[in-house]
Amino acid sequence: MAFLELADVRKVFNQSVAVEHFTMGIEPGEFVSFLGPSGCGKTTTLRMVAGFERPTSGTISVGGVDITHRPANRRNIGMVFQSYALFPNMTVAENIGFGLKLKHVDSKSIAQRVSHLLEVINLPDKGGRYPAQLSGGQQQRVALARALAIEPQVLLLDEPLSALDAKIRVSLRNEIRAIQRQFGITTIYVTHDQEEALSLSDRIVVMSNGRVEQIGTPLQIYTYPQTTFVASFVGTLNVLRAKVIDPAAGRITVDDQPVMVARSLAQHRAGDMINVALRPEVIGLDGAPGTINQLQGVVEQVTFLGGTIRTQMRFASNSLFFDMFNTPNGKLPQTGQTLTVTFPEASCLLIDGPVGTSATV
Amino acid sequence: MKKVAFWPWLWVVLGGLYFLLPLYATLDFSLRAKRGVLGLTAYASVLHNPKFVQTFAFSLRMAVFTIVVSILLMVPTVYWVHLRVPRLRPMVEFVTLLPFVVPAIVHVFGLIKTYSQPPLVLVVSPALLVGAYVVLSFPYMYRAIDTGLRALDVRTLTEAAQSLGAGWGTILFRVILPNLRVALLSGAFLTFSIVMGELTLALYLAWPAFGPFMYQIGQNRAYEPAALAIISLALTWLSIGLIQLFGRGHAGQAQIAGAK
Repeated sequence: MAFLELADVRKVFNQSVAVEHFTMGIEPGEFVSFLGPSGCGKTTTLRMVAGFERPTSGTISVGGVDITHRPANRRNIGMVFQSYALFPNMTVAENIGFGLKLKHVDSKSIAQRVSHLLEVINLPDKGGRYPAQLSGGQQQRVALARALAIEPQVLLLDEPLSALDAKIRVSLRNEIRAIQRQFGITTIYVTHDQEEALSLSDRIVVMSNGRVEQIGTPLQIYTYPQTTFVASFVGTLNVLRAKVIDPAAGRITVDDQPVMVARSLAQHRAGDMINVALRPEVIGLDGAPGTINQLQGVVEQVTFLGGTIRTQMRFASNSLFFDMFNTPNGKLPQTGQTLTVTFPEASCLLIDGPVGTSATV
Repeated sequence: MKKVAFWPWLWVVLGGLYFLLPLYATLDFSLRAKRGVLGLTAYASVLHNPKFVQTFAFSLRMAVFTIVVSILLMVPTVYWVHLRVPRLRPMVEFVTLLPFVVPAIVHVFGLIKTYSQPPLVLVVSPALLVGAYVVLSFPYMYRAIDTGLRALDVRTLTEAAQSLGAGWGTILFRVILPNLRVALLSGAFLTFSIVMGELTLALYLAWPAFGPFMYQIGQNRAYEPAALAIISLALTWLSIGLIQLFGRGHAGQAQIAGAK
């Protein structure tokens, strides 16, 4: 049994299903991100773990103890909020020591712990300041220290970096991960930012419309998306409409051009239409020796993006784009030019869901 | 050089005179108790009247009780409305405005009719007067607390405190109330001003309060009522001044740092 277990958790608000059949186990010290767009149920799930919402059905347990109906203030689960939620009337030190005071820890131990945490968050001289005297990034670090001070069983972070500017977001997310590793605390991190989720997490739960779309490591989520939603939400992807020719051999055609896929097509029959997805970074102009897959099309648009050049190509009914490095002596594709792109057969992803028109997602 | 606009300033001066001239006239009149001499005779007469101290002390006690009861009643109520039932806010707001709609005379006769017979005979208890004052203070106290809570992220602060192990009492007294300090002071000083000058409720419930004392003085004296009006006005202005003073908050709550 995992350390933190969510078993068939469901939440309904006024007949609207917010979370549906959420089941997963999180191991001790694991860093798991809930990733998805607004309204996908990720925050509701987090709030159920925190005890701020009660599941309509299902159970939540920590360390083998069922906490489903336990009030939030008796769960020993730390939480960091998007809006920091520091107590404005208390100094930084008082904020960090608040939870310890409630646990009747003696004042000397509180002072020691607060001092240690101020060192950890790199704000050793800010203990006497009020929250309003700190920047957003500093406030969020204090909020993290405050949550860690009570030595919680689980740490929950609800989009903690959303209110910060881009530069601080990157540095603070690395700090959060380093501190999480240092304390070895089981952590759930809610975000709609795929880059954050991919860079921080041991595992990612991708959610959509209250349902879990896929659970996996960042590499699995990015490289082997199991649904069209995951493929579209995590990274960019070219989705091509293809026809199955020989399921056993993995032969398909994209706009009548032969393509080989290194995956089983056993569940399909010859003539079936399927979705094949290609990450832009696997597509090149010069195929490696032995590259079987080649698609010939017309260059529709070439966009200069600084370090990279993005080329949009059109085939009979499909289209795709790919990026290439902007090298000083490199030859750029020209609009209207007929070009052949190549990609390895192992890079072709098969995506579930209805077969639609060709798209870049 | 920028031209000074004539008409706006004319209206400002006229408006100022409209309000200040009667005050000046009252002040001037209050200082002329002795023929031909400007002096504080009327003030001395009022302050040496034993009923002044007695009624002032009574009203002061009533004001303190009213403020305490109002805070204890209104803070948890408004907090709960903000946190759990925000859709009820318009209704609560309407209820708190009723003292403006129901005349004090109707209010007091309602109280006398209801609480002068068993099972609840409260007309002989100052608790009834405090209760009536609490109702009278609703519009001021509610608005002050509501404004204070709107300035806070009540829900997130509550959840943050809960996640750190705080129960409802701790949240209310150690997180919410201290952050409502300025709002509560505003409400308290306004309530204080209202209670100190209130006439109808105290008169009909027959309590020796400051309002009825001022009224009685006005019935049979000439200069003392003017002196009392100035004292009463000074008290109100003192309350407003204190609201301004405490309303500034402390230096620590000002944003002085930029993004880092």
